[in-house]
Amino acid sequence: MTDAVMTDVQTPDQMRRDRAARASDAVRRSLKKRYAAEARFRAYGIGAVGIAMAFIVVLFATIISSGLPAFTQSAITLNVELKQDVIDPEGTRDQSTLINANYRKLVFDTLLAEFPDVTSRRDKRALTAILSSGAAFQVQQLVTSDPSLIGQTVELSLPVAADFDLYNKGVINKGTAESDRRVSNQQMAWFDTLKERGIVESELNTTFFTNADSREPELAGILGAAMGSLLTMLVTLALSFPIGVCAAVYLEEFAPKNRLTQIIEVNINNLAAVPSIVFGLLGLAVFINFFGLPRSAPLVGGMVLALMTLPTIIIASRAALKAVPPSIREAALGLGASRMQVVTHHVLPLAMPGIMTGTIIGMAQALGETAPLLMIGMVAFIVDIPGGITDPATVLPVQVYLWADSPERAFVARTSAAIMVLLTFLIFMNALAVLLRKKFERRW
Amino acid sequence: MYRKFLGIAVVAGIAIAGSAAEARDQIRIVGSSTVYPFATVVAEQFGKTTQFKTPVIESTGSGGGLKLFCAGVGVEHPDITNASRRIKKSEVEKCAKNGVTDITEIKIGYDGIVFANAKSAPQMKLTKQQIFLALAKNIPDGKGGLKENDNMTWADVDASLPAKKIEVLGPPPTSGTRDAFAELALEGGCKTFDFIKAMKKSDKKKYKAVCHGIREDGAYVEAGENDVLIVRKLEANPDAFGVFGFSFLDQNADKVQGSLIGGVAPEFETIADGSYPVSRPLYFYVKGAHVGKVPGIKEYVTAFTAEKTFGPGGILSDKGLIPMPDAERKKFQKDGEMMANNISM
Repeated sequence: MTDAVMTDVQTPDQMRRDRAARASDAVRRSLKKRYAAEARFRAYGIGAVGIAMAFIVVLFATIISSGLPAFTQSAITLNVELKQDVIDPEGTRDQSTLINANYRKLVFDTLLAEFPDVTSRRDKRALTAILSSGAAFQVQQLVTSDPSLIGQTVELSLPVAADFDLYNKGVINKGTAESDRRVSNQQMAWFDTLKERGIVESELNTTFFTNADSREPELAGILGAAMGSLLTMLVTLALSFPIGVCAAVYLEEFAPKNRLTQIIEVNINNLAAVPSIVFGLLGLAVFINFFGLPRSAPLVGGMVLALMTLPTIIIASRAALKAVPPSIREAALGLGASRMQVVTHHVLPLAMPGIMTGTIIGMAQALGETAPLLMIGMVAFIVDIPGGITDPATVLPVQVYLWADSPERAFVARTSAAIMVLLTFLIFMNALAVLLRKKFERRW
Repeated sequence: MYRKFLGIAVVAGIAIAGSAAEARDQIRIVGSSTVYPFATVVAEQFGKTTQFKTPVIESTGSGGGLKLFCAGVGVEHPDITNASRRIKKSEVEKCAKNGVTDITEIKIGYDGIVFANAKSAPQMKLTKQQIFLALAKNIPDGKGGLKENDNMTWADVDASLPAKKIEVLGPPPTSGTRDAFAELALEGGCKTFDFIKAMKKSDKKKYKAVCHGIREDGAYVEAGENDVLIVRKLEANPDAFGVFGFSFLDQNADKVQGSLIGGVAPEFETIADGSYPVSRPLYFYVKGAHVGKVPGIKEYVTAFTAEKTFGPGGILSDKGLIPMPDAERKKFQKDGEMMANNISM
């Protein structure tokens, strides 16, 4: 056997060698050219892969390097005395009194007490600018959740305003002229003093993972957008998966092959190529203006994105169904199964890994979509974390866009951090698709 | 499996029916992306310090916002729209056609538009006329007519300027910043030519086309509505200039510098007293018919027009908004308090 193969392979080779021997110089030169062309072709290929890899490396490196600072946040540890006469002078412990108390004063006075020599109104204002406006709300939340703390002194770690956080991270530094930065020399000196006293710390920025959007960078978080994305994706999945699979199964297994189904097929393929903004306009006209559904809601966002992912799911599902060999269907039919039983008991379970992969890829696409959401009002400033599919919400890529457009310098890092969160989601989803394919894929 | 699909369909149906009938307890605001950074600050404070929900603010652009605002009265339409320009006569008419007749106009302050370059390059001193000659599509040919703009370098515009290629990054035509820049800087320079100024009376359309037309041969690059991007590009290219809002200059004063226009640098004080020539008012419009229907509208307007919000030293001035003079602030505080129907056109 091996001999036969050897001769089989060698014969043309030998012939080629013979011919080459007989060939003139010109042919030999052309041969050399062909080898060179092949080598060049390989080099182009390697170059192309190399360039693609280089872009990815650069992309990830810039995003990660500019996003990492957003995961830490400077905080000042202060012993705040929760004075009875400031918070609740009459001692009623009435909830609205507790909410509306002047916590700003409480926090600011504690910071001012660190610098007894600061007396003028202007200096006091400049000094208290070190603390984030979120500090007062932190105390407010603490007191309203536990009124028994009133009258005591508590040690609190209060967030620093974004500009000072940047100073602490070295983004704003003494090298630039004083008029060109948002932190004055005096403020830097105060901040340095606080640092020397050891009460300034750089801690993990948990706010980023527990808050929704805010206009103060140090209070802005990704949770609101992540929840919005989750709710939107749930609606998209609930609509597009069953409809897409139903359509694919019918078209592949039951539909007669005639002109009408051909037209439907062509249209589904066309739909997959329609720019996503068109679906947004459709959503605005039909879901919001005609059906009167709420603007900015994950419900409408999910419905619009479902329209967008449907063609992807149908096409992937049909490909998966087609890959199930006809012998399975024939065997089931031969054993007396009805056509529906053939599909639900045999074909569909076997095609499921392929269908799931297609669905996850479709969902990953939908997760990164912003254009259609602009039309239906999901590009918005929303401070409350959405709790249901009709609450106003925004999604991760929209949050990236909104932060990228904000003037505050500290949002640069937060934009990259939000991109990292979005990419993590996408990588996770794609990994899941690969895993499903690897684990459940059957070959015949 | 069919039963499962049916179940999902029923759930979706209930959710749809349930939401459509719901009344609204949250203020909805649409409009300008220039006002967005200011309105969101107020909305956040408002949500934290009152028992009302934080208003939802969409960034749709001034024109898009007014279109939504004027679409009608009812909870499905927004209560307030932000605008970086005044409402137009045509928009007031459209509003009236849809039953939106009671509109309160609140001016919140001023926004300077800066012509800036990287800090590593020398600061420029320009006049409006020079800006016009550098950026307009058609410029005077010196013989009483117009010619296509052929100024390639700043030295072509004026011999005293450096011989650097003209390269300006700015917002696209859909932007309110672009409109304001064309109106204030370009038209301001355009008017300095007597024969063009005379055109305003004889052929208004042509006058506008000449004075607002920006060249399309690559010297003016439309950089999208993202001012952060323009700042970054300027940093990388010291020969280029950018057109953007003052708040971005304020936040990035270590990287970019505003050019002097007519001898005045774009600074907080010069914009506030009106000596810096390229600044425009910002507004928001309140739908009178929604006051009392949607809770908190009046309180939001009061919070916005409070001295500690839009006055000098208020939270908005810290974000780069230029406060109005005292008398003007008083007027709009009063208008807001009375929900005055103060649109007269």
